[in-house]
Amino acid sequence: MTSFNTNTVLIVAAILFVLGLIGVLTRRNIIFLLLSAEIMLNAAGIAFVAAGAKWQQPDGQVMFLMILAMAAAEVSVGLALVLQIFHQHKTLDVDNLNELSD
Amino acid sequence: MSALFYISSLIAILATIMVITRYNPIHALLYLVVSLMAAAMIFVTLGAPFVAALEVIIYAGAIMVLFIFFVMMLNLGNTTTLQEKLWLQPKIWIGPSILSLILLGELIVLLLQEKPTPLPVTVVDARKVALSLYGEYIIIVELAGFLLMAGIVGAAHIGKHRKKHLHRFLQEEENSHGHPPASQADNAKQIVDHKEPKSIV
Repeated sequence: MTSFNTNTVLIVAAILFVLGLIGVLTRRNIIFLLLSAEIMLNAAGIAFVAAGAKWQQPDGQVMFLMILAMAAAEVSVGLALVLQIFHQHKTLDVDNLNELSD
Repeated sequence: MSALFYISSLIAILATIMVITRYNPIHALLYLVVSLMAAAMIFVTLGAPFVAALEVIIYAGAIMVLFIFFVMMLNLGNTTTLQEKLWLQPKIWIGPSILSLILLGELIVLLLQEKPTPLPVTVVDARKVALSLYGEYIIIVELAGFLLMAGIVGAAHIGKHRKKHLHRFLQEEENSHGHPPASQADNAKQIVDHKEPKSIV
């Protein structure tokens, strides 16, 4: 019934992960950095579920639930930090946040 | 089944490319919602319907809506789009992109080295996941509870709207530029506070 194999799913996850990595490396807006981190976490989740499906065990899905909880906590704290940064600096450019380098 | 997988993975990749190339944050967010829906479709074809439902409900339904409310609250309009257009020059993104794509090529070559084994699609339903989650992985549930609690408390603490706090060196610098020094005002306030109970007595 199926004709796709495990490597194909892992390749798709790798492509999504690298797209998120490119987003983190090239954008300067903090919101886009957080979005790209979400893309990378989602790609890792796809790889986990694919690995779980290969051995027909629920462990991969359990790890995806862990990733989901971590992503939710990370987004809430990250957005609160971005809110404070926007209130104090009136910008979302990561290059302006260099006070610790002085 | 395999056609569904290929179509949805193509949609996921195209939508993700659109996410990282958009100038307007709201457009990027809406494309990311499409990408997450496609990922949920991939999960269904992999035989994980419970995870697919959670992907739609939590990722696309809660986290992305949080992002959208956030962008609405910051009121990022046309100026942000123009600024992004200025920031996203080809000479900025071409270097990291080429290097990352080379790494991706290496990874794909490595993945194609091993013998391709067809993926057995047997549905691992919510019952098996729940039995595993509350059986051998109960510690992960508790740790996720800790993590979410810490996230809530941290977000509530950090997100509180406070007035701008400067480092004391910066504060002295600002005060030397003509503003009345804050320390004297504080001292005067303390003196007043000390005097008030005396006058009452």
